[in-house]
Amino acid sequence: MIRFETVSKRYDTGYEALARVDFEVESGEMLFLTGHSGAGKSTLMKLILLMEQPSNGNVFVDGHHLARMPKSQLPYFRRNIGVVFQNHQLLFDRTVYDNVALPLQVAGYPHQEIGKRVRAALDKVDLLDKERSNPMTLSGGEQQRVGIARAVVNKPTLLLADEPTGNLDPELSNEIMTLFRQFNEVGTTVMIATHDVELLKRMNKRVLGLVQGKLVHDGVLW
Amino acid sequence: MKSNRPSKPERRPNRMGASATPRNERPRREAPPRLENVRPQGAVSSQMSWRDKFDAWSAHHSNSAIESLLRMLGTPLQSLMTWLVIAIAIALPAALFVVFSNVQQIGQSWQDSSQISVFLKKEASAGQAQDLRSRWAKRPDVVQATYVSPEQALEEFKLGSGLGELANHLDENPLPAVILVKPKIGGNAPDALTSLQQALVADPLVADVRLDMLWVKRLHQFITVAERFVVALAGLLALGVLLVIGNTIRMAIENRRDEIVVVKLVGATDAYVRRPFLYTGLWFGVGGGILAAILLALGFWWLSAPVTQLADLYQSSFRLQGLGFIESLQLILIAGFTGLIGAWIAVARHLYQIQPR
Repeated sequence: MIRFETVSKRYDTGYEALARVDFEVESGEMLFLTGHSGAGKSTLMKLILLMEQPSNGNVFVDGHHLARMPKSQLPYFRRNIGVVFQNHQLLFDRTVYDNVALPLQVAGYPHQEIGKRVRAALDKVDLLDKERSNPMTLSGGEQQRVGIARAVVNKPTLLLADEPTGNLDPELSNEIMTLFRQFNEVGTTVMIATHDVELLKRMNKRVLGLVQGKLVHDGVLW
Repeated sequence: MKSNRPSKPERRPNRMGASATPRNERPRREAPPRLENVRPQGAVSSQMSWRDKFDAWSAHHSNSAIESLLRMLGTPLQSLMTWLVIAIAIALPAALFVVFSNVQQIGQSWQDSSQISVFLKKEASAGQAQDLRSRWAKRPDVVQATYVSPEQALEEFKLGSGLGELANHLDENPLPAVILVKPKIGGNAPDALTSLQQALVADPLVADVRLDMLWVKRLHQFITVAERFVVALAGLLALGVLLVIGNTIRMAIENRRDEIVVVKLVGATDAYVRRPFLYTGLWFGVGGGILAAILLALGFWWLSAPVTQLADLYQSSFRLQGLGFIESLQLILIAGFTGLIGAWIAVARHLYQIQPR
């Protein structure tokens, strides 16, 4: 599903965010990405989403060699990846329903199909009663769940989450992890960036550990 | 290549194109068996029929059109000001065009009646004059020749000039006999006219020949110059409209930066992101065009009464022609098109700078 071949990323400022990173993620896997802030977690995610280009090496996602992907293909490629952000990137000028419907509208789904899928996704994250609310009125945990619903509404093959439990208490973050696990159980590849070591211990999944842009750990815990 | 690995018979059809490139031949861990029968996922968009896609496409068009119009009406004062700026920039050259086409019309009607006035010497008798008239009427380059006796000329002068009282006090008729010659050639053949004029002036009875064409030609030349001026002005003002709309769209893009970033991240095509802004530009243009048409209609209505009175004073049946319905529609269309182009330029310049970071 994801393969990095000696990938380096050096920004224009000279800062080296990733140094010769090699790893492979199978389809249907669930894994974590960890490291201190600035270790390269976000850069790695951005490379997968093609928000950045690597300075060296090759990135393959879902069979695409990203460096060779024509610009016109980029939107269609991204439709297969769900992304959950730490700051959830919700739009406060529209309802929860419209936020979650966005990926489907963009992909051109028929109206009724959008309604069905959005309600299914909101039901999954237990926010069906909030569909008419403005996300601004929701709590942090609820906002994060709206972000998750939006990420999965299009049934992506790959789900990326950058610090999804960043500012949530342990109970809420457990809830969210349970959700991710459920998505993984139906076949979605899930990759979660976090610096929460307790969480990693609890989840007992494969962990990629980054230190100053280098991949120093690959396996279950340490 | 796959036959080398018979141990993996149950693999899910792999969209990674494993058979196509050797780099995918690296041994991979087998996925857990429960993955074999999950619901279909992935390229969901390919499951949609063309009809669905077309419906979605046209739905997004009408959504973008309506939504951008509503957004505009949501800030009525701001939008009205933009519309007015555009309307004034469009109405100015349009008004000048209309005025010149009116002037041209006057010129045309005078040109049609263009004639050569041949003034006869005092000693020419009415009989000689009639002879001359019938001789000239037979010339191939003359359509018509009319004799106007001094008495007739005086009558016309009394009626037409409003100075009839003055004429009554004259001891004798100061006006000469005139033969009005209508040439066959149009105003575009000045050489032929000149040779005709020379032939007429050669007759010993002729005192003077007046070619009424000259001032018509001057008027034409003046209109040509003025038209070029208006074209240049219209070009500059169109550029102004493009800049106004471009700037307005740029601000609209800036205001919706967050939305653009998110929409791009969830896989919106450039066309999808562009569409609402193009409609915004179109509406600005169309709104400005409608206002311009209204301004013009009001302006010409306001002018038409005094112009009619002026024309009456000159005994002309000339009436000011404003912008007709079709021309107003054309004006609105042109304005809308200009708005669309302005939006397109702004979108091309600014939208691609906004990328998810």
